[in-house]
Amino acid sequence: MSPFSAVLFRDMRLATRAGGSAALALAFFAAVATLVPLGVGSDLRLLSRIAGGVLWIAAVLAALLSLDRLFQSDFDDGSLDIIALSPLSLEAMSFAKLLAHWLVTGLPLTLLSPLLGLLFGLPGEGYGPLMASLAIGTPAVSAIGAIGAALTLSIRRGGLILPFIVLPLLSPAVIFGAGAVLGALDGLSNGAFWLLGAFSLVAVLLAPFAAAGAVRLNLAG
Amino acid sequence: MASIFEFANPKRFMTLSGAILPWLTVICVLSLAAGLYLGFAAPPDYQQGTTVKIMFIHVPAAWVAMMCYGLMAIASLLGLVNRHPLADVAAKTAAPLGAMFTALALITGSLWGKPMWGAYWVWDARLTSFLLLLFLYLGYIALWNAIEDETRAARVTAILALVGVVNLPIIEFSVEWWNTLHQGESIIRSGGPLIAGVFLWPLGLMAVGYTTLFFTLWMIRIRTEILERRARALMLEAA
Amino acid sequence: MTLKRLHLSPAIKALEARSLTCIRGNRLVFRDVGFRVEAGQMLSLEGPNGAGKSSLLRMVAGFLKPASGAIVLNGGEGLDDEERGRCAGWLGHHDAAKPQLSPRETLQFFAALYRIAADVDAALDEVGLGKARDLPSQYLSAGQKKRLSLARLKLSRRSLWLLDEPLAALDSAGKTLAAQIVAAHCAAGGIAIAATHEPLGLDSARLVLA
Repeated sequence: MSPFSAVLFRDMRLATRAGGSAALALAFFAAVATLVPLGVGSDLRLLSRIAGGVLWIAAVLAALLSLDRLFQSDFDDGSLDIIALSPLSLEAMSFAKLLAHWLVTGLPLTLLSPLLGLLFGLPGEGYGPLMASLAIGTPAVSAIGAIGAALTLSIRRGGLILPFIVLPLLSPAVIFGAGAVLGALDGLSNGAFWLLGAFSLVAVLLAPFAAAGAVRLNLAG
Repeated sequence: MASIFEFANPKRFMTLSGAILPWLTVICVLSLAAGLYLGFAAPPDYQQGTTVKIMFIHVPAAWVAMMCYGLMAIASLLGLVNRHPLADVAAKTAAPLGAMFTALALITGSLWGKPMWGAYWVWDARLTSFLLLLFLYLGYIALWNAIEDETRAARVTAILALVGVVNLPIIEFSVEWWNTLHQGESIIRSGGPLIAGVFLWPLGLMAVGYTTLFFTLWMIRIRTEILERRARALMLEAA
Repeated sequence: MTLKRLHLSPAIKALEARSLTCIRGNRLVFRDVGFRVEAGQMLSLEGPNGAGKSSLLRMVAGFLKPASGAIVLNGGEGLDDEERGRCAGWLGHHDAAKPQLSPRETLQFFAALYRIAADVDAALDEVGLGKARDLPSQYLSAGQKKRLSLARLKLSRRSLWLLDEPLAALDSAGKTLAAQIVAAHCAAGGIAIAATHEPLGLDSARLVLA
């Protein structure tokens, strides 16, 4: 096994074992989505209209929930020192970690989303775009979240500040993601998927470098 | 006992800024005074009436708010590459000013919006992206305050500023896109047909005034921060 | 037992630190610290809490940049911080043991990460963790976790060992084991730099940070 896949599989294993964050993120996603009809009422016409936006926001929040541990637990228990001295570069390590995060949160959230779409009365033509937009967009959430996680590494209560610095940076993903679903419902091709894909690609390509830079600074101890 | 200031001596900056500061202040006060006077003296717009005059205090605030983020990013890059504490201090002290000008742009924008749209807040593309810009500034400041080690705080926040400056045009674009998607209409514009000749002079003067106001305040803040750090270092040595 | 050696850090003849200065958060931790260790030697870093022992180790590992001064390998071959880090085996005061992973999984991860083909079970037997090898690390005692760290260090086959309080939490048998492992490493031509409050009982040069 290569050093890259060693980190990838270890992180996935840690997230899916008892006490891991993957199941928690999924449950949180469902809970937030359930809360919305309780807040805005059960009018299915309204709910089907806002389903894309609500599920996108819930997905971002659920992903953020598990992001603050992305580097933090390895930092706290000294694993990050060990990894930093390994043949694996910090950039590759950051990429492995964000990939693992997406595989255990973004991907399951995408797969769960049709079920929640059902609860929101999403019309039939909305399911494909909903899943596609989450599949294309959630890598950007993991990527930008990874930057935030690395930046807040040395902060004792970094979990509080992380969403605050990451959410505005993620606004394009939410806009294009929810816009793609809405566009599909209205039968418009508004180019949202392309914009979302471009944003996601740039985020995933740049994030390992920014995150590795921040990790390097925080390794000083 | 050695002082850490052997390793970072901003003496030249202190002399230079001390010499420039009075002149900058004079230019700032004069152009703001002239701009405000001409602004009030300008005739009302045939469409927007007197409310158009909010433009003189809104548009320059928006310009400075954006310019400040750019300057913050440049200072951050210099801090990361050259590791000079002066660049760190410059980036750190720019952020609250940027947040202030952004808030000013938001407040004046919503005051302008009230007579135009009949509401203090509509999700206009410009206002929305400025709200996001405000969050970027506040996040940057919060991150600075949360990291105890000053040098590390400077480097870490520098990365955030650079990520932010790359993302900012994308955010702007996405908000514009979102606005057209939801059939919004933008009334506040900084350019285009709105600017007639009579408005150009006061607007230009106010722009100069705001810009010099920003640089004056920035310089004062940098100087204060340097002196504060020096005082703290002396106290540490005495302890 | 012969192991295939896939990844070996280059042999280091000598490591030299020249007038290092450490500044942490506007505080001068130490200045003008210099030392030289040669292959087969051990250096003990001593000094009170806050003197900068851990910081010095992190500087040697390349994690922390000195405010001034330099760390030089083999009399000045231009190895940068990251390349020097690739020669270093690290034993920090945290044990890098994930509570959900067993000692065996921990070492398997480490071996894959460092591209080492290693007999993980033998390494665990050697440090007395043979019976606990499939137990999640959350059930290990602090001393057992330190033994796990020792097994990892030995497995690393790195030539420059950086040890931060290697004896902490170990019982007397564990301390003897740690000393033996470090002694064997030096006997094989490795270098060890250890920040210690209690001596390992080995021949070593001393560097006292005030």
